[in-house]
Amino acid sequence: METGNAPSQRDRSTIARKGGVRIIDAVKMYGAQGAGVLAVDHCTFDVPAGEITVVVGPSGCGKTTLLNAIAGFHSLSSGSIYLDDEMLCGPGKLKAEPGPDRIVVFQNGALFPWKTNIDNVAFGPIMQGSMSRSEAYEKAQSMMADAGLRGIADSYPGEISSGVRRRVEIVRALMNDPKILLLDEPYRALDSLTKSVMHEALLEIFYKNRVTIFFITHDLEEAIFLGHRVVIMTTRPCRPKKILDIDIPHPRDYSVLTTKRFRAFMEETSAAVHEEAIKAFDAGEKER
Amino acid sequence: MMNQVEAIFLKATSFITGEEFWRGVVAIIVFFIFWEVGSRSEAWSGFAFPWISQVPPPTAVLLEMFKLIQEPSFWHSAYLSTLRVFEGFIAAMIVGIPLGLAMAVSRVFYGITFPVFEVLRPIPPLAWVPASIIFWPTQELSIAFVTFLGAFFTIVINVIGGARAIDVRYFQAARSMGSSTWDIFRRIILPGTLPSIVVGATVGVGITWAVVVAAEMISGGGSAGSMGGAAGGGLGFFIWNSYVGGSYTQIVAGMISIGIAGYISSAAIRKLGDLLTPWLAEG
Repeated sequence: METGNAPSQRDRSTIARKGGVRIIDAVKMYGAQGAGVLAVDHCTFDVPAGEITVVVGPSGCGKTTLLNAIAGFHSLSSGSIYLDDEMLCGPGKLKAEPGPDRIVVFQNGALFPWKTNIDNVAFGPIMQGSMSRSEAYEKAQSMMADAGLRGIADSYPGEISSGVRRRVEIVRALMNDPKILLLDEPYRALDSLTKSVMHEALLEIFYKNRVTIFFITHDLEEAIFLGHRVVIMTTRPCRPKKILDIDIPHPRDYSVLTTKRFRAFMEETSAAVHEEAIKAFDAGEKER
Repeated sequence: MMNQVEAIFLKATSFITGEEFWRGVVAIIVFFIFWEVGSRSEAWSGFAFPWISQVPPPTAVLLEMFKLIQEPSFWHSAYLSTLRVFEGFIAAMIVGIPLGLAMAVSRVFYGITFPVFEVLRPIPPLAWVPASIIFWPTQELSIAFVTFLGAFFTIVINVIGGARAIDVRYFQAARSMGSSTWDIFRRIILPGTLPSIVVGATVGVGITWAVVVAAEMISGGGSAGSMGGAAGGGLGFFIWNSYVGGSYTQIVAGMISIGIAGYISSAAIRKLGDLLTPWLAEG
């Protein structure tokens, strides 16, 4: 691999961009101390600003726990997390405050079903008071139009397909002008054809906005296709097993999937992922 | 607009020509024939069907109902019962919804109120009738109170369940996007609970009809008759009076009126609920 090319590319973006996350020695134990289950085990890695970092691991390995700690939904047991130079959580303050600089796109979606799509999209800025109502709706309208969602602005989320729903949710997230987007297996429930459409749409949004993306998945192909950096996790407790910089140049499209380079990355990583999947499977068997 | 009318018309015609519709029609017709024959067979052939032979035939009931709807006193009874139903029902909504929300939102408040609530809940509303006659200064208030109880517990239980079932993701998303606690209550908890409130109200209003009629019978809604004449008692008292007077056709006619009134109330509330929760409409 010609990893030598990657740093120069990265330096350029790091200077201009915000939203880099640094996870240092993060530990999360569930349950009573001592008897608790270790979910995250001394995790240390960087999410470079202005890039897509994809975390891969078997379902239930504890990667969502990490995402929740960044988002401020759950506390860490020890360790610290920084967003750019600001400490989100660390010694003395183990739970971060949720905020519009870190927006989560949830696994099963979290568009408010009782609000129309455009009401959902305009929600954040109105809540934060960063825009007036009319400004928020104006921006929502133009952003939805950019994403090809003009026609469904006044429908309810329940009336559109789950793929379109994800797109609306990402637009809703971007309306908050976040430093980092946290995507928790957003395409898990989609069929593979829809998924490929969603991947290209996500990349398009990324090229346009250059927002830092932290993406969780158990799909290795998805990870390598999307990521500048792929972090392969061990299964419970979760810890980085292998960190790779994917130096396939951006912008990428689906022709990348059939290239030799892509295949080489798949080969390099699939053994590691498979090993963890087997461990996770065995652990699951025992629990039952 | 025209298209809408057309669509409704098409839907109606396809429904009427459907197999399901005719199966229903046949079932109802067979039921009425069975009832008519059952209650008249003794006079015709000397053979008395058990139980049904005591019931007046549907043609006689229909005739009776036709006579009743021309009598203002019948409408007055229906009006009185409806009034009591809605007094009790609206009071149950006004008290029950905030109480249920508070119980769902605050762990401390829940801990204090739930045990008391759970002890009172299994007591049938009708068991409250004697106590409520003693507690409340007027007959009218005691009947309304019992009606209130009928809807109250159902509404509270539904509100608690609905508020608790709201997915934690919605709270997390709202919090990330900078919502205050009040915003979360107003924009997440309230609309998220609304479908359960509608269900609770629809079930509750049905129970209210069951309760008001029994309360009117037991408390002798007619004792108000000393002030308002024979028309003072509502549909429950109307049925009771018919029983005392031995008019069996009136009893059944009264029963059917209650069925219709209950159906209309539930349908109205369901319709209102659909308007309040447009996102649940089937697209």
